Amino acid sequence: MASIDQSKIRNFCIVAHIDHGKSTLADRIIERTGLLTSREMQAQVLDNMDLERERGITIKAQTVRTVYRAKDGEEYIFNLIDTPGHVDFNYEVSRSLAACDGAILVVDAAQGIEAQTLANVYLALDHDLDVFPVINKIDLPSADPQRVIDEIEDVIGIEAQDAPLISAKNGIGIDDVLEQIVSKIPAPGGSADNPLKALIFDCIYDSYKGVIIFCRVMEGRVKKGTHIRMIATGAREEVVEVGYFGAGQFIPCDELSAGMVGYITASIKNVKDTAVGDTVTDADNPCAEPLPGYKKVQSMVYCGMYPADGAKYPDLRDALEKLQLNDASLFYEPETSVALGFGFRCGFLGLLHLEIIQERLEREYNLDLVTTAPGVVYKVYKTNGEVVELTNPSNLPDPSEIEHMEEPIVSAEIMVTSEYIGSIMELCQERRGRYLGMEYIEGTRALLKYELPLNEIIYDFFDALKSRSRGYASFDYDIKGYEESRLVKLDILINREEVDALSFIVHADSAYERGRKMCEKLKDEIPRHLFEIPIQAAVGGKIIARETVKAMRKDVLAKCYGGDISRKKKLLEKQKEGKKRMRQIGNVEIPQKAFMSVLKLDDKN
Amino acid sequence: MKELELYFHIPFCVKKCNYCDFLSFSPQTAAALNGQEAVTDAYMDALLLETLGRADEAGEYRVVSIFVGGGTPSLIPTGRVEELMETIRRSFCLAPDVECTIEVNPGTVDEEKLRRYKRAGFNRLSIGLQSAKEKELKCLGRIHTWPDFLKAYQAARRAGFSNINVDIISALPEQTLSECLETVQAVLALVPPPEHISAYSLIVEEGTPFYERFERGQLQLPDEDTERSMYVETGKILKNAGYEQYEISNYAREGYACRHNLGYWRRRDYLGFGIGSASLMGNERFSNADSLRDYLNAPLDQRIGRTVLTEAQQMEETMFLGLRTTRGVSGEEFVRTFNRTLESVYGDVIRRNERDGLLRWQGDCLSLTDRGMDLANYVMAQFLTGT
Repeated sequence: MASIDQSKIRNFCIVAHIDHGKSTLADRIIERTGLLTSREMQAQVLDNMDLERERGITIKAQTVRTVYRAKDGEEYIFNLIDTPGHVDFNYEVSRSLAACDGAILVVDAAQGIEAQTLANVYLALDHDLDVFPVINKIDLPSADPQRVIDEIEDVIGIEAQDAPLISAKNGIGIDDVLEQIVSKIPAPGGSADNPLKALIFDCIYDSYKGVIIFCRVMEGRVKKGTHIRMIATGAREEVVEVGYFGAGQFIPCDELSAGMVGYITASIKNVKDTAVGDTVTDADNPCAEPLPGYKKVQSMVYCGMYPADGAKYPDLRDALEKLQLNDASLFYEPETSVALGFGFRCGFLGLLHLEIIQERLEREYNLDLVTTAPGVVYKVYKTNGEVVELTNPSNLPDPSEIEHMEEPIVSAEIMVTSEYIGSIMELCQERRGRYLGMEYIEGTRALLKYELPLNEIIYDFFDALKSRSRGYASFDYDIKGYEESRLVKLDILINREEVDALSFIVHADSAYERGRKMCEKLKDEIPRHLFEIPIQAAVGGKIIARETVKAMRKDVLAKCYGGDISRKKKLLEKQKEGKKRMRQIGNVEIPQKAFMSVLKLDDKN
Repeated sequence: MKELELYFHIPFCVKKCNYCDFLSFSPQTAAALNGQEAVTDAYMDALLLETLGRADEAGEYRVVSIFVGGGTPSLIPTGRVEELMETIRRSFCLAPDVECTIEVNPGTVDEEKLRRYKRAGFNRLSIGLQSAKEKELKCLGRIHTWPDFLKAYQAARRAGFSNINVDIISALPEQTLSECLETVQAVLALVPPPEHISAYSLIVEEGTPFYERFERGQLQLPDEDTERSMYVETGKILKNAGYEQYEISNYAREGYACRHNLGYWRRRDYLGFGIGSASLMGNERFSNADSLRDYLNAPLDQRIGRTVLTEAQQMEETMFLGLRTTRGVSGEEFVRTFNRTLESVYGDVIRRNERDGLLRWQGDCLSLTDRGMDLANYVMAQFLTGT
């Protein structure tokens, strides 16, 4: 493949609401274009993190190149970039979109347009991509393709009458999709003769090759030996290898030229030299100006992460550094807690993102973590005119120094069938939502518009939404801005000692309720000790709720004879082992999971 | 000669009790499972074979106690029990004062059977009463009534048993403090009263009918405070009646503490026979597998879980087993066994628990206080070094 005709390249992604079958369609395209035999196909090739397969979601954008012989007899190179569907990962979507020239919009033939369908399609249109729709799951008994086609034309306003009607799961209609990729997605622009200009849309760290840059070449060419420079970081390196993406493997090639998607390695050992969104150019023949890159993402949810074993602090730092390499939205900085020692304040896009990072740290880096309650970024306006961006509740200035506080507000769009409108509106009301309006999509479905405080939706809003609509509501949101709000810091005292890692910010009106529930929850989490332990919630030094962990009364096994000894010893060992997973605060031992208690305040039990 | 104890497991019961998680089955179930009609006979054949086959393992030992437990040993045809005793005598060197106990269920013995046990060499009887109240016996799933027990007890005395233990259980579902103490009083009112009483607090064990009911929230157990009162009051009544508490759940008149069980807590060597039975020989623990079918086929070939205890493990065991007894752990014996003082190994733990009022020194012996007994696991766990 020494020279590739630029007009025969198609760079595209697939966008869809979660569960509408995006990854399955990606699999079918890969299979049909002969990259893998069906024997080699593992379901959902592109979801290659264990976590992604287990949860059935795509977290990281994945890229693969395949070759398609079209009906016109020509061979086309497809670069397919699979993107995540969850609202938390929109930034991943937008990174991938910048590397594409077109997008396939997958819509479920039974469910029709959902909140994230809209969000993703607008994102694609914003990037000037050509979008064509595909109606998936036409084999479902409840499928109504014509209704969905009309919906797409009415709501989104793109041509949909000739949309392929497919079942990705059963391989129906895939050829039609492949032909439309050729006919509806434009070939990439740019010229191989211009100076090199390539967009870094992702990167990973490999212990042998160093940093592997995933890029889309917009102009020029790059090959082994090219001296490259990253425009934003200024790092210079000599290219060791270029190549493209097979299914789950890197395939070296001679060069990457304008229009191509591939990878570059250059013995880059320092992960900080590579920034996603940066432009790679030829150091000896640089381009005039960098690509626009993409908007730096802002972390929305913060929490403290501490190694359960204090000695693992450097390991945690290294792990975060490596994860950040291909997850620009992960933010972290060192912090210390009286209760938990040395750790990091970490910023995430949402709670799912937080959970994913937490799980990856635990699984891929084998770390045992203590995570504190997640919170959002508050703006604290001090009487002296200073404005503090508060990510850690412990750093809240003294109330006498606070003029007022602001909290982030989102504009939310909730799509729901009409029978559940009432219960969803009730939910939004409970979460301090401000009703903006409602639009009927068709007779039976409506788009509810609300403004909601971010701190009311980061924990369990999504779950509540699903349970109150029997799974039929879908949800998307955008950060709107900050608004003044009556906020207070809720402190927790255990055995009369304030535990910094348990403090959180809450709206003044919910302080009592939250404090009470928090005490109840902690009462269940904290094991009994030799002495009685009061658990108190306080606002500004005033106790607003209290529970008591009674002193230990009985911990003894009535029987232990010859046959029991090994078993009883295991029991005692388990008891001792349990103690190790506790944090000593004053003379009270607190289990690590207690620090996440605030998340479970709304559990129904 | 070193001292040795022998345990023989008889895994058959007329019917399994609702709280019991010991390895036992009804002979019908066992027969059905193993496709063998005379399954108890086959089991006794295997048990005799195992006994004969292990004789050489105990060559350097003198047997100081024998315990035939279960299950319900009294369910086995008496002739086979006699044969077992005969085989034991032939295979091992027994001390002249060997303690020799058999467990019986009051619903399965008569005077004739008990006389034969006595003649065969048993000098201690352990009777499973559990409760003196019919309602509670029914709840536990016992096969006998209080009058059945009385009959068996009197028959045992007539048969010449002068060392009898009675098992009772407290903290039964829906039991009140006074109901619990009524059973204690009823046992003390026996004429003559038993030499030994084991008074257990009910443990709801996984895999039992009680556990299932507990999980479904259908087992109304006394709260912790009531349960502890039952324990404390039982202890007081027994003390006033002349019994000494010598372990968390065991009480005896002077000179009648169960030598066999004390052996377990002082880490005397013991050999277990029959399915599921455990052994400790020269700081090595092992046990027989649980499968009845396999045992019948190859009784000498069932040993599993062989673990050679490190010195640290031996010390841990010395502590958590020794602390079960009211005498506790002797500092001098510890030095004799391990060549190190208790203080040098466990100084910090001991001081911490002394400070918390859970451990105390009495002369040379370290033991649990009353509060320490209530929280025995909490204290014992601290003696595990995690090796």
